Amino acid sequence: MSYTPEMRESIKKVEATRPARLGKPFPRMAPEEKQELLERFHPDYRPEGFREIRVGPNKGEKAMKELVDILEGRSHLTSDMLDLDRIDYDTDVLIIGGGGAGASAALLARENGAKVILVTKLRFGDANTMMAQGGIQAADKPNDSPIIHYLDVMGGGGFANDPDLVEALVMDAPLVIQWLESLGVMFDKEPDGTMFTIHGGGTSRKRMHSAGDYTGASIMRALRDEVLSYPEDITIMEFAPAIELLMDEKGQVAGAVLENLETGEHLVVRAKCTIIATGDTGRLHYQGFATTNHYGATGDGLVLAYRVGAKLIHQDTYQFHPTGAAYPEQIVGQLVTAKVRGLGAQVVNADGEQFVYHLETRDAEAAAIIRECTERGKGVETPSGMRGVWLDSPMIDIIHGPGTIEGRLPAMVRQFKRFGIDITVDPILVYPTAHYQNGGIAIEPDGSVKGVPNLYAAGAVTGGVHGRNRLMGNSLLEITVFGRRAGRAAALRAKEVRLGKLTLAHVDDWHRQLEEAGIGTNIVSPILLPDYTRKVR
Amino acid sequence: MRMVDIYIMGKRYKVPANLTIMKAMEYAGYKLIRGVGCRAGFCGACATVYRTKDDYRLKIGLACQTVIEPGMYIAQIPFFPVKRADYRLDELEPTFETLVKLYPELLRCLGCGVCTKSCPQDLDVKDFMADAMKGDIAAVARKSFDCIMCGLCAARCPAEEPQYRIAILCQRLYAKYLAPKSKHLEERIKEILEGKFDADMKRMKSLSVEELRRMYAEREIEE
Repeated sequence: MSYTPEMRESIKKVEATRPARLGKPFPRMAPEEKQELLERFHPDYRPEGFREIRVGPNKGEKAMKELVDILEGRSHLTSDMLDLDRIDYDTDVLIIGGGGAGASAALLARENGAKVILVTKLRFGDANTMMAQGGIQAADKPNDSPIIHYLDVMGGGGFANDPDLVEALVMDAPLVIQWLESLGVMFDKEPDGTMFTIHGGGTSRKRMHSAGDYTGASIMRALRDEVLSYPEDITIMEFAPAIELLMDEKGQVAGAVLENLETGEHLVVRAKCTIIATGDTGRLHYQGFATTNHYGATGDGLVLAYRVGAKLIHQDTYQFHPTGAAYPEQIVGQLVTAKVRGLGAQVVNADGEQFVYHLETRDAEAAAIIRECTERGKGVETPSGMRGVWLDSPMIDIIHGPGTIEGRLPAMVRQFKRFGIDITVDPILVYPTAHYQNGGIAIEPDGSVKGVPNLYAAGAVTGGVHGRNRLMGNSLLEITVFGRRAGRAAALRAKEVRLGKLTLAHVDDWHRQLEEAGIGTNIVSPILLPDYTRKVR
Repeated sequence: MRMVDIYIMGKRYKVPANLTIMKAMEYAGYKLIRGVGCRAGFCGACATVYRTKDDYRLKIGLACQTVIEPGMYIAQIPFFPVKRADYRLDELEPTFETLVKLYPELLRCLGCGVCTKSCPQDLDVKDFMADAMKGDIAAVARKSFDCIMCGLCAARCPAEEPQYRIAILCQRLYAKYLAPKSKHLEERIKEILEGKFDADMKRMKSLSVEELRRMYAEREIEE
């Protein structure tokens, strides 16, 4: 699976320009230049990729077609399908989603006195958290501060962010790093304990903490093992996704209906508070893009929350990671961590020329790569007809000394070695890939969903904190900061909640709304899993 | 498209030659529920045992990271019921005694090396198990760090060791009790809790987008 002769020719050009490029990064874009580039090449600005939402809290607004399709879907249920007097599980806090946000929420809910049920579609810990390689931001160095972090987040997000959420994110960040370490996350450090930190796209200080290039995995493994330490307080149910939220007759959220994925059985969980932590939507394959996301990233929580009246914010913007693998075919779309650029690797075209500063914010970096491969025709074509540009990974060892790539990026080295490519010697072919739902459910700083009693949300399923573009290293931070906040708030709130009779009347009402809007859809959502049978994807 | 025959749980299917085991199963018509996760080699959900044509040896791999071969026999082991010892990290001490108390089977290791041969991450599992038997928790943590907990080592171990459980325990013990503490982190947390940044944060939040935009454009960037 090593590079083809044609690709080898292009690599020779990359090698030829390398000495002259060392220490000479491409100039950063001016704000106007960046805006023009985004408008011409970023998928967020392609009108044909969008349509109007015809029903629900965001009626009249736009989102990418694939998301609108599931938002406007029919429920798996109707109110007459289930006897809601037969309650299978009763709990204080129900958490839907078994990734980093769900696990953090479970721990804090328990710490605050709640009995918890955590349900997840696949295995506990099978989530995008596990795959996050690059790092987690926190302003804990003397030359940095939460104020500087705040400015970076706002600027990266196009100043559209919710300031209260950004404040929570940056002020909690150092505390969360300490919390994670106390739970067993092995952060990279100097021998004297100083955290090893580097830049990420759009950071003005080196505040990216890492645990090798298995940062998310180290976090998820530690959180999962900690949750498993409290079986008397936290019940885990795997392969049991929520397919609809339950309400009570007072109009409060009151738990969820689950589906046992293996038997098809429906289970009724009554909960005083419910936390949605279902993650991302990359598996909807917006505009046909490949994705870095986990198999389960199908936006289930957005659908569930939307049907009980939760408003979405910035649902019209999606983050395309600039560096998805474009070759070999077997791993197209998989993440090539931003840490490769953080360590100094430049992005160059088929002729070995730089065309964009290697640490622009992700939206601009992605748009520049798309421009290079389309309008400018300077991409490298693969045998399957895909185009990409080179990420010049061998520069890292030249800059930082031999062995740096193996030492700092073992997961990347291993991933490509499996397919016969040595990234310490040869560059990596990359193209943007669907990575992160910038927007989502609108929440308060305590994780409560705006306007919906007893419902909370945390992590990628929410919106507002990142504005219209998330910075690298702020999603592992988001899931822990807001997972913890939602867990705590839900546990405290659960002590006061008195539930009435359970109902699914809102589902019947939803179907009525679809009918009134003339939506004759045959999509049933949440879709739970993508369907790749009989396809090559 | 060149097509080849493969055998999934003994049944023959014709699939394109260049697919991974996972994509080949999907192409054959399986809608996967178990045995699929991140699809990128990080989560360990798709541990697979296979045999290639005319070879008696059983091989292992992750279905999402292994390309099929003609005549390959494939079986997934997405669930393996390994015990997790009952412990709470904050009640433990980072010692050899802790490891043996929680996982007494640790001492049954035969040193046969099947675990190392079974690891899709190419970790030297036998080597870090030897470190565990010496109580060198830091060495186990470091050497096992890239473990994705797929369970293939435990599935094939004749001594029935829970290698990946011992690995995560050592990683957590190391990070909590043995790693050097960060003074700058403790200092910053103290400042935050004392409210050192509160007034400035309030001021930042009150700024107009124009003012923020100017500050952002003029901000100093660390070299």
